[in-house]
Amino acid sequence: MFAAFDWEVIWRTKAYLWQGMLFTFNLTLLAMVGGIILGTLLALMRLSSYRILNVPAGAYVNLLRSIPLILVIFWFYFLVPLAVKAITGSPYAEGIGPFYSALIAFTIFEAAYYCEIIRAGIQSVPRGQVDAAYALGLTYRQAMMRVVLPQAFRNMVPILLTQGVILFQDTSLVYVVGLTDFMGAASKVAQRDGRLVELYLFAAVVYFVLCFAASYYVKYLQARLTPASR
Amino acid sequence: MIEMKNVSKWYGKFQVLKDCSTRVEKGQVVVVCGPSGSGKSTLIKCVNGLEPFQKGEIVVNGVSVGDPGTDLPRLRSHIGMVFQNFELFPHMKVTDNINLAQVKVLGRSKEEASEKAHSLLERVGLKDQAEKYPGQLSGGQQQRVAIARALAMDPIAMLFDEPTSALDPEMINEVLDVMVELAQEGMTMMVVTHEMGFAKKVAHRVIFMDYGEIVEDATKDEFFGSPRSERAVQFLSKILHH
Repeated sequence: MFAAFDWEVIWRTKAYLWQGMLFTFNLTLLAMVGGIILGTLLALMRLSSYRILNVPAGAYVNLLRSIPLILVIFWFYFLVPLAVKAITGSPYAEGIGPFYSALIAFTIFEAAYYCEIIRAGIQSVPRGQVDAAYALGLTYRQAMMRVVLPQAFRNMVPILLTQGVILFQDTSLVYVVGLTDFMGAASKVAQRDGRLVELYLFAAVVYFVLCFAASYYVKYLQARLTPASR
Repeated sequence: MIEMKNVSKWYGKFQVLKDCSTRVEKGQVVVVCGPSGSGKSTLIKCVNGLEPFQKGEIVVNGVSVGDPGTDLPRLRSHIGMVFQNFELFPHMKVTDNINLAQVKVLGRSKEEASEKAHSLLERVGLKDQAEKYPGQLSGGQQQRVAIARALAMDPIAMLFDEPTSALDPEMINEVLDVMVELAQEGMTMMVVTHEMGFAKKVAHRVIFMDYGEIVEDATKDEFFGSPRSERAVQFLSKILHH
């Protein structure tokens, strides 16, 4: 029965699929870096004893974790340009284009999840370490940058990567704003050539292999890093 | 040097420190002892502002610790502190542990800091361990590194919070020896400890605390000769007779 399938199609369209894969990698990496930076700031805000910092950060996290990612992507694409137009009054205010709006959407969405991971990571550093840093005369900033965050991130590397794997899969949602990632590319070829089974199977195998390999690497890291942190 | 006046502190409704007043003169060694939960560690952590307190005043070298306008990092950089669990930074080598605050806080050059680190490590008997990570050292060695780290800041006083409580018995003396040497050199020290041998050897005064109160504040000879309070007598009989 496999005779009816045309696996050649994948080979023929490999350049297009590869372009989609590059897009996926690109978006995943940028959103991950942005999400971790913003998430770290949010985590520090959430852990602050000042209400003016921890309340907004808490609200941000709870809001974004309560709505579907696809909505956030939509909003950023359609609503933000409108809002900018309304605020600035400029008739020329245009959108920033689908790629940047998707990148921003992913970054702020992922930041909410990274915030919680990083908050837990910071709290995993014993209180005594902070005391010791302060006792030496370090400021809050120095204590965080030199003592707490390096240890927190070492503890967090595995789970941050796991979240990255989830993000990698979620990037396929960019089809809603007309962007073509790996999934989108596979989908388009499938529709055009009427080769749905071949391409969706191929896409599934590629996602599985990449994500499985990443998870395996995370496990390896976990085993290596855990004993090192005393 | 260190002066406490009527210091009180609450955790919620629970009062951990009750109206504590005492002073440590320059060059004096004061040992603070008492049963666990009596507030000794809290008291010593109030001295450099690691623990806030709600009432009273602590003045260190003319600077009020509780004053919101006080530059606490600056004040702390002059007061060394050694913790029960050493609290070396596990992701840094021994030298980097000692250099960090010298460079970041005092603005010393890396070379200057390293030189200081080396001479201090030699002094605490660990010059061969400079390039190791804390996790590769024994507890006693870690605590000596912690003392070196504090001394690198050229402190005007040193606070010790149960420095030997987390150590295996055979390592206690190597740490106490370093502390005795420091005391004999005239360092101002406030030491929370149960090591009465240390107290007898170098302390000028002994403070006994119970239930958040300073029950006894006496010279060493008075304290070990004839404690005035029954609670102190009981405590001493418990820890000295084995």
